[in-house]
Amino acid sequence: MPFLKRFAENWGAVAGLIVLGLIVMMAITASVIVPVDPMATQGRPLLPPGREFPFGTDMLGRDVLAGVVHGARISLMIGLVSTVIAALIGITIGAIAGFFGGWVDDALVRLTEFFQTIPSFIFAILLVAIMTPGLASIVTAIAVVTWPPIARLARSEFMSLRRREFVEAAVLSGVSRTRIIIFEVLPNALSPLIVMSSLMIATAILTESALSFLGLGDPNRISWGYMIGAARTVFRQAWWLSVFPGLAIAITVLAINLVGEGLNDALNPHLKGRVRVET
Amino acid sequence: MNAYAAADPLVSIEDLTVQLPEGSDRLRAVDSIDLKIASGRVLCLVGESGSGKSMTAHAIMGLLPKPLVAQGMIRFDGENLVGLPADRHRRIRGRRIGMIFQEPLAALNPVMRVGRQIEEVFRFHGVPGPYDERVISLLTDMGLPEPHLLRHAFPFSLSGGQRQRVMIAMALALDPELLIADEPTTALDVTTQKQILALLKRAQAERGMGVMLITHDFGVVAEIGDEVAVMQHGRIVERGSVAQVLGNPQHEYTKTLLAAVPRLVPRTAPELPHDEPLLTANAVRKTYSNRTGLFGPRRTVEAVREAGFTLCRGQTLGIVGESGSGKSTLARIIVRLLTADSGEVRLSGVEQNLLELGTRELAPLRKRVQMVFQDPFASLNPRRTVFEIVAQGLLAHGVPREAARRRVAELLELVALDPSSAERYPNAFSGGQRQRIGIARALAMEPDVIVADEPVSALDVSIQARVLDLLADLQRRLKIGMLFITHDLRVAAQICDQVAVMQQGRIVEMGPSADVLFNPAQDYTKLLIDSIPGRGAFLAPASGDAAS
Repeated sequence: MPFLKRFAENWGAVAGLIVLGLIVMMAITASVIVPVDPMATQGRPLLPPGREFPFGTDMLGRDVLAGVVHGARISLMIGLVSTVIAALIGITIGAIAGFFGGWVDDALVRLTEFFQTIPSFIFAILLVAIMTPGLASIVTAIAVVTWPPIARLARSEFMSLRRREFVEAAVLSGVSRTRIIIFEVLPNALSPLIVMSSLMIATAILTESALSFLGLGDPNRISWGYMIGAARTVFRQAWWLSVFPGLAIAITVLAINLVGEGLNDALNPHLKGRVRVET
Repeated sequence: MNAYAAADPLVSIEDLTVQLPEGSDRLRAVDSIDLKIASGRVLCLVGESGSGKSMTAHAIMGLLPKPLVAQGMIRFDGENLVGLPADRHRRIRGRRIGMIFQEPLAALNPVMRVGRQIEEVFRFHGVPGPYDERVISLLTDMGLPEPHLLRHAFPFSLSGGQRQRVMIAMALALDPELLIADEPTTALDVTTQKQILALLKRAQAERGMGVMLITHDFGVVAEIGDEVAVMQHGRIVERGSVAQVLGNPQHEYTKTLLAAVPRLVPRTAPELPHDEPLLTANAVRKTYSNRTGLFGPRRTVEAVREAGFTLCRGQTLGIVGESGSGKSTLARIIVRLLTADSGEVRLSGVEQNLLELGTRELAPLRKRVQMVFQDPFASLNPRRTVFEIVAQGLLAHGVPREAARRRVAELLELVALDPSSAERYPNAFSGGQRQRIGIARALAMEPDVIVADEPVSALDVSIQARVLDLLADLQRRLKIGMLFITHDLRVAAQICDQVAVMQQGRIVEMGPSADVLFNPAQDYTKLLIDSIPGRGAFLAPASGDAAS
């Protein structure tokens, strides 16, 4: 498979994929690796990292290691689900706008711009605050603020593809427009969209962390952003409370970015690297 | 051969080889070739796409794409250009060896005025300014109108021929000893091509330059060349003077290439049963307009004006014209990919005017008029198998999958492709094979009319001939009416019974191809025929013995 071969040529992407795989495994097997409740008190509060608690304990005596391991679930899940929803909205709107053009395009582009002109993080805060903090509201908020770039990319891809001769041939053969959009055009537009979505998972994880840090996360579930947010009052006394979940976020986002870049190189081989002017 | 060897070589290439990376379709792009370019002569390097002719030119210029390196010897003025340090090569390139390219729009900087781009050549090679005089005199030499104004123009506002003239001006700015021209006229219309070739010939004679001209068209060779070298798979298979090679080719490959060159010879018109017309068009109009800004003036282009024709069953009507003449627009209106402003298109057996039907009423009629597209790469969806591509119409019209599979096998056989190709993707096929797949797709719906929009212009000549034969044969057997759009009058002469000549959206002359192409009434038609490259060498049957 040339795709796998091209992907494997990129060392960073392979490393990112391995790290990401380990994080996903950790999230799935969380209750096996660290079989304790991350929300329950396990020992004395604010113990520094030691033999009993490798990552220390927090103000309520909860195990930070358990928090980091179990928190991976929420972070990854929110990143994935909100990106899938954003991609679905974005691709649908972008595809319709790009394929049909005319006033449909005008209307949908104005709508997209409306969402894009509002500062996205403030918009997300507003949405979560209105909808009462919880898992569903966070996912919705992230999806609502992140779909416009996907829609714009999908629109430009569809605009250039719908003029291709193979699309005209399909029209002449009497293939319906829905079938043309889904089966003729979409597969050709998919690779840049996949790359963009993979990078947006990382952004979604960061947004979730930021929301939780501000206290707008789901208070009943442990997440990395929530842990850092809770630790901010004792930041100078107990560094381990914010450093370990912070590292977890940094490593996950880095791994996803590396994988996304690798996907980009493998799916669009002609865009790989930089254009070098030979002299 | 003697005259060829006696001339003092300006460049002598010995044992030049360019290795391709592993996994390519062959080992070497250029395979130990020897070539001499004499000053004051025009050497034509002829070959089909992928024969290594452009690679040879790029090796001389030291512009091979990155991982590739040249091996061997390119002797130019006592220096070996192979492995020459970049800064030394740069001093030769542009100053002593000039180059022009196929697509002048891609070779010119779109955001810089053309006068400044020519000035840059002087500036980079350390020629002290001011340059105004030189630029204007160069542009005048190139036969460009009002050079003192034109030098302030941006490339996009010039025509294709003007852009190519600017490119030539840049290449000749420092009076190079050698000019390399890589398919300089392929992207141009025939009438412009003739002018550019004449310009090149004149510039070459005035300056006594050596010219290496790369082309796939033996017509161009006959027009301008002194010597010719034929390349195939990276090797030179035949070389000699133009008269020798064209008149008495030795190598098999040269013979097949020459035989495939379309000739402007009358075609024995088949007996036509005078049917009622299958498709008639009347007074078709299409105007494009766009407004620049809210209050800007509205620019209108009349793409098709009052065009009309009649096509009978089993007949081929050629629509010929230069780019921008509106022939493709007319084709797209006939198949209803574009909407006309006004006019009438009638298909036999249908009451209404096709142009006035809505999408829903049109749907059942679509399959009666099918299209073969120009670009064999853009017209097949790269993500679908050949079966899905050919069968898409059948499946859309509710033919069961098993029946569609049988039909696709039949169709592939009809266009001389192996039925097992059905499971493969388009990237497994060459340009000619892809065009066959496109034809099979058009035939799948058993159409009455096929509109073929430049179906062979993207193909090499030898493949062109085979695809044309296939089209003609299918049309005879299936009694289809064919509308054949082409810019090449030679191709039209080969396949068309009737020819319509289009100029600026109007059909200026129409009639049986024997009349229009061999006894034209209109000046424009005469001009088009006159501009066919190498007419002298390829036109008359008298020279047919020399070529076949």
